[in-house]
Amino acid sequence: MLSRIAESLFWVGRYTERAEDTARILDVHFHLLLEDPWVEEAAACEGLLGIMGVPRPDKGELNARRVTEIIGFDETNASSIVGSLFAARENARGAREAISSEMWECLNATYNELPSRIAAVGAAGPHSFFRYVKERAAVMAGLADATLSRDEGWRFFVLGRSLERVDMTCRLLAARFGEGAGSPGWVTLLRSCSAHEAYLRTYRRAVDASLVAEFLLLDRLFPRSVYFALALAEQCLVELGPTAGRVGVDDDAQRVLGRARTELEYMRVSDLLTDLPTHLDALEAACSEASSFVAKRYFRQGTAVGWTA
Amino acid sequence: MTLASSGTVADLFDDYETGDAWDEMFEAPGQPRAPYRALHDALQPLSSADLDERAAARDRAFRDQGITFSLSGEERPFPLDLVPRVISAAEWTTIESGVVQRVRALEAFLADVYGPGEIVRDGVVPGRVVTSSSHFHRQAHGICPANNVRVHVAGIDLVRDEAGKFCVLEDNLRTPSGISYVVENRRTMARVFPELFATHRVRPVSGYPARLLEALRAAAPAGVNDPTVVLLTPGVYNAAYFEHSFLARQMGVELVEGRDLVCRDNVVSMRTTHGEQRVDVIYRRVDDDFLDPLHFRPDSIVGCPGLLNAARAGTVTIANAVGNGVADDKLMATYVPAMIEYYLDEQAILPNIETYRLDEDGVLPWVLDRLDELVLKPVDASGGYGLVIGPQADDKTLASVASAVTAAPRQWIAQRVVSLSTAPTQIGDRLRPRHIDLRPFAINDGQRIWVVPGGLTRVALPEGSLVVNSSQGGGSKDTWVLAGAGRARPPSQSTDSDIAHLLPPDVRTREPDAGPASSQASQMQQQQQQQQRQC
Repeated sequence: MLSRIAESLFWVGRYTERAEDTARILDVHFHLLLEDPWVEEAAACEGLLGIMGVPRPDKGELNARRVTEIIGFDETNASSIVGSLFAARENARGAREAISSEMWECLNATYNELPSRIAAVGAAGPHSFFRYVKERAAVMAGLADATLSRDEGWRFFVLGRSLERVDMTCRLLAARFGEGAGSPGWVTLLRSCSAHEAYLRTYRRAVDASLVAEFLLLDRLFPRSVYFALALAEQCLVELGPTAGRVGVDDDAQRVLGRARTELEYMRVSDLLTDLPTHLDALEAACSEASSFVAKRYFRQGTAVGWTA
Repeated sequence: MTLASSGTVADLFDDYETGDAWDEMFEAPGQPRAPYRALHDALQPLSSADLDERAAARDRAFRDQGITFSLSGEERPFPLDLVPRVISAAEWTTIESGVVQRVRALEAFLADVYGPGEIVRDGVVPGRVVTSSSHFHRQAHGICPANNVRVHVAGIDLVRDEAGKFCVLEDNLRTPSGISYVVENRRTMARVFPELFATHRVRPVSGYPARLLEALRAAAPAGVNDPTVVLLTPGVYNAAYFEHSFLARQMGVELVEGRDLVCRDNVVSMRTTHGEQRVDVIYRRVDDDFLDPLHFRPDSIVGCPGLLNAARAGTVTIANAVGNGVADDKLMATYVPAMIEYYLDEQAILPNIETYRLDEDGVLPWVLDRLDELVLKPVDASGGYGLVIGPQADDKTLASVASAVTAAPRQWIAQRVVSLSTAPTQIGDRLRPRHIDLRPFAINDGQRIWVVPGGLTRVALPEGSLVVNSSQGGGSKDTWVLAGAGRARPPSQSTDSDIAHLLPPDVRTREPDAGPASSQASQMQQQQQQQQRQC
């Protein structure tokens, strides 16, 4: 498979996941702003920008609407919902022959419909827009599942999606860290990962901060948990470049992810929780590092050919 | 984002006429009361077309989520009116303390009548009223619940009289329903009408399922560390099935039917793929009569034989307890202020509606003379069934209720016709005053009684109608309790945990990874297009 195509698929996976997760985050946070009278809007909005790694705008007051515009609709920000969807579509456009036509059509139709969906936000509220993005991401996932051969291309796509999921879940957890154990913020966090009901069925008790962190980090069965996504990414790497020898691992990305996963899996839960920010930061760094190792090995082998006069 | 679309007329409140009843929003025509000012200002610029748009979004949301209500065999979206009902922080404090007081007294009463019976011996409540109640179950005598709670969940129906005072209409201590609509109404309102919330601080209601689960776990038999709680439903054909599945999902507990349970040697278990699993607490939404065919109706197929014996043996907790109906009998309600004095040595914070006891000397003839001025209600019916409103009834109805009352005076009560308060409600393309009531829900976990801020506001949709029950075509309103001036969050009930006390939220700015460099894109674009032109 061409490196360029592989890279495109990897980023189609990452960007669609980013668009979906961002929509999830914004949806539940704004819902919480409306439903919980004790949330300070400006502080919550600032926190939200922090999670998403977006610098605070210099002037103007921060409110829900402004943040929706920045993280939701700003085309110039590649991490906004619109920006991510645009980037996913651009990547898919360069790899149209490698993905199924249904997947391309899905991304393209989603992108084409964005302006009218954004226009409708004024009348119908942002929820319907977020819901649209989530549903289109689900259609993408379903189409990929149903139409892609389980070859290299599929693995790059799933690898990208899983890495992004780890990264976004860590960001979410980091934002909540330090809040009271019974704070509604933890329910919000679970909701934004569609994990509230799964959590309740698993623990059968009220939401408690340390259990939420445990569930979202370590649950082996829930598909949006950090552990699950890490293990899936690792598996994709194993299948992409099987290790021939009998000793160790020779793929750097796999080494990084394997270590992060092992660290997470075998650490005592209480130790994990006492120093959560450090661990979350390490996980995010591992994703970033693994991503660049993947790029180095599969997308840009060797150095670019220089041209000297 | 302005509410009104340009070019439309703000006509919603046109010809809004308040009558004799207390109007929730207006103290005089065009003059909103203080708690309603912000809401009125937000609604005022709207046109009926704007409101219709929201109504369509609301119906779609309810239909998509399957939150429907079946009325005469037809599935309809749950009838939620788009104009919320607002309760100020001060009004709420009174309601809350009144409800808590009432539930405390009723708990004490139930423990008493199914135990020593002191209140009867002291002559505060006549013994015949207790024993003649159709929901007084001798089978429940001597069953001592694990944490002394019988009323795990209570719904107290309140109305506001002509002077604006909240009064108690009746108590629901068996299986009060409606809380799922409280939670879903709020969720839906926030989604279809987010701007209304922007100018208010409304106390949240979504914590209810978690509180209920904690209360149910606290009610587990002694010695059970990690109790298994289940919700027992009559099944999918029950009108409240949506609520049962909602609560089970939100609590993460198993939703069981009678046939899923088995009771052997006084131990209740549920049948699972891994064999029988012991059940410790049953939050049942099945009436007493159908709960246990061994003790009650032998033809019941929605209960589980042996439940009551297991409860008596103390191996399982049934919530709410069997026999609670004796305390929410409408005739018994007239004795609640006396119970509050007797058990708590306090005066009732929320008064009862004036009620006449037909089994007392001389009352019956007096009432029969004034049937056309009074409301007559069967003591043990719910859902508005059997109720006769004198001034609105025809002669034939009055005659038949007169003979029914004469035949069985204990089975009826008479009340003054209270003109329930009215609130603006969307009727066609205008807002019109319609009568409303309020059902706050209380949860008793044995340590404290918690009242969900707000509750279910029901609306009688036909003009002038005083019957708000959803089974009679009533609607509902999202009920807002304003947070008041204090900014502090009320203390959390949740257990402490490892990370609660640590650092402030740490706002970071690790930038997201970026995809393939876009800097080359424009250059590539130019060159690729040039290629095309050369071809």
